[in-house]
Amino acid sequence: MSSMNKLSATIRTFHSSAARFKKNVEFTAVRYPYLKRGNYSFLSDRHLGFFQSILSPHQVLTDEFNDLSGYNVDWMHSVRGSSRLVLRPKTTEEVGAILQYCNAQNIAVCPQGGNTGLVGGSVPVFDEVIMSLGLMDAVISVDELSGIAIVQAGCVLEKLETILHLNNLTLPLDLGAKGSCQIGGNVATNAGGIRLLRYGNLHGSVLGLTAVLANGQIMDCLSTNKKDNTGYDLKQLFIGSEGTLGVVTQVALHCPSKPTSVQVGFFGINSFDNVLETLRLSKQNLGEILSSCELIDASSWNCVTSLLKLKSPVNYFPFYILLETSGSNADHDAEKLNSLLEMLLKNGTIVDGTIAVDSTQATSLWALRERIAEALASEGYVYKYDVSVPIRQFYQLVDVMRARLEKLPIRCCGYGHLGDGNLHLNITSQEYSSELLNKIEPFVYDWVSRQRGSVSAEHGLGLKKRDYIEYTKSPTSVHWMRRMKKLFDPNNILNPYKIFPGTLNE
Amino acid sequence: MSLRILVGVKRVIDYAVKIRVKPDKSGVITEGVKHSMNPFDEIAIEEAVRMKEKKIAKEIVAFSCGPAQCQETLRTALAMGADRGIHVEVAGPQFDTLQPLHISKMLAQLAKDEQIDLIIVGKQAIDDDCNQTAQMTAALLDWPQATSASKIEAKDGSLQVVREIDGGLETIKVKLPTVVSADLRLNEPRYATLPNIMKAKKKPIKKLTPKDLGVDVSPRIEVVTVEEPPVRLAGAKVENVDMMVEKLKALGHA
Repeated sequence: MSSMNKLSATIRTFHSSAARFKKNVEFTAVRYPYLKRGNYSFLSDRHLGFFQSILSPHQVLTDEFNDLSGYNVDWMHSVRGSSRLVLRPKTTEEVGAILQYCNAQNIAVCPQGGNTGLVGGSVPVFDEVIMSLGLMDAVISVDELSGIAIVQAGCVLEKLETILHLNNLTLPLDLGAKGSCQIGGNVATNAGGIRLLRYGNLHGSVLGLTAVLANGQIMDCLSTNKKDNTGYDLKQLFIGSEGTLGVVTQVALHCPSKPTSVQVGFFGINSFDNVLETLRLSKQNLGEILSSCELIDASSWNCVTSLLKLKSPVNYFPFYILLETSGSNADHDAEKLNSLLEMLLKNGTIVDGTIAVDSTQATSLWALRERIAEALASEGYVYKYDVSVPIRQFYQLVDVMRARLEKLPIRCCGYGHLGDGNLHLNITSQEYSSELLNKIEPFVYDWVSRQRGSVSAEHGLGLKKRDYIEYTKSPTSVHWMRRMKKLFDPNNILNPYKIFPGTLNE
Repeated sequence: MSLRILVGVKRVIDYAVKIRVKPDKSGVITEGVKHSMNPFDEIAIEEAVRMKEKKIAKEIVAFSCGPAQCQETLRTALAMGADRGIHVEVAGPQFDTLQPLHISKMLAQLAKDEQIDLIIVGKQAIDDDCNQTAQMTAALLDWPQATSASKIEAKDGSLQVVREIDGGLETIKVKLPTVVSADLRLNEPRYATLPNIMKAKKKPIKKLTPKDLGVDVSPRIEVVTVEEPPVRLAGAKVENVDMMVEKLKALGHA
């Protein structure tokens, strides 16, 4: 394998148009020239030989024979690493052996799940070795009575959902990326999603996990107890650590019962005050059956209906709300929802809308919310902000940014998890523009910080938001986070360059 | 033209639900399972409503036969734009053995009682896939039929219908009164909007029994057993062509 030390001239590639498009993305190292590669080893034939000795051929992908752009480029086509090697372990032990070796040889590693992250946290910055968990996709056990599912980290979320449904259970989380994202990545990023309002976040629903530390040591926290107050709850550290404290290889997830009755409604609303009133009355009148309350503004609606040609039940409104209820009795739920809607219609809080009559319509209505990100991506370059703000100020930031940016962007829109106070602010331009970026940042983070909100509600920090951690977390907190990182990963080989500003060696 | 249209709508298990067979193999599990209007019937209602909007039709009557929950299906039809509903209530074991012939007889009688000019039904139901009701109804009434319709145009007192057939598209002219069955590409059904959903609650649904229409719904068939299709065997991957040939030989295929 003498070609490892030169960039292969004859890379055999299997082109899909998506793969070709990925090759046009600018290298992260070029776009962010202030980033400096850490003092890690460069991959050699000796290293490759070791990996090939502990893994099967199809588990070791080099750039000589494979197109690695799918692993090196993120879903948003916004960052691109230059990794030359992808390792695909099949067991926790293999993960341990890989990390033990990399730690000893000072090789940087980028753990990767479904690569659907939106902050450049799931792909290398330079030539870190990519460790893809995709082959560890088994559902080990599901128990209907306790609701506990034990799953390997590489299991695609939608696949897990299918198996849960067969056991009268459902996922405690749901997000647009579920066809590609993996449960391990969801746990590593503390993914939120559209039903957090009802089932809470992963810090609550993950009962246990197995994590492999930087030195290859396997930490077994895979308990399945709902209640366990025996010492520090270390598993919580890994949830949301974005692959920087350890690699999650197995998860024990507590899953709720599958609702037998799901109603989806989509409504047009004339003012933000009416949006808040709809939320208030929905929480009050739907109570325990409310499972989602999502906001879509006119601009996002326009994007998804015109660019993706999706059908909408209503025409132009300044705001739209998508409501979902999940319960165990269709008659009971339908009655609650119908009474609520009659009341809201009568006092003009909502003006028009629809309730899905079958699952096809329910899916189509959800598509109006879940495919906004995809529609925006097709416009060009997306500047994506995922923030937590006080609910009463939920939409204010969008108006503020729209006024500030004037004609610079193609679009400035807002949508998101109204019920959780989590806004997705999105700005688009035809191509990446540093001028536009500088007008947005750090202004947007300042604004959120002044509201004591979060500069990253659910997307995490990854690479793209690492510099803004102190807009939400105090210096003392960040100091102790760094110390913890040093404790768990003294050689800083796990997902370096991510979540903290600057380098750890500074 | 000022047609009175009768549309048949069937309440079926929702298309996205995974069907499960009852442990005693007597049928499929319907208890607690999500039901909705047969998708082809949604298309039929939509077409009738569009004809009313174009002033080709003056009244749309929606009809459904089955247990009490059929009222929900009729309310959906009313919310989409039908004017009134007719529910022929049949429950229990007689409902489980209802066949297209029974429904055709009901449709035929209703066509006479309600002075119907045009009957539109979905081309088939997604539970039994029979594709028989439209044809039998036309025969019972001695009316012309235009099945698998993908386009309907009213022209000079008759209908010009484009049908999807195996060889492509066939355009025929049918005199009224006639029976049409709706195919997938006839239209895209609308969402029923809230004001219409609220209005639909006040539209009348007439309740009838099969006897009122002179139809005997005693079973003409007996369900012997219902089983799931055989489980698909897992595939296997081989490294190269030689191994594939070996495997095929071992399995007796070569």
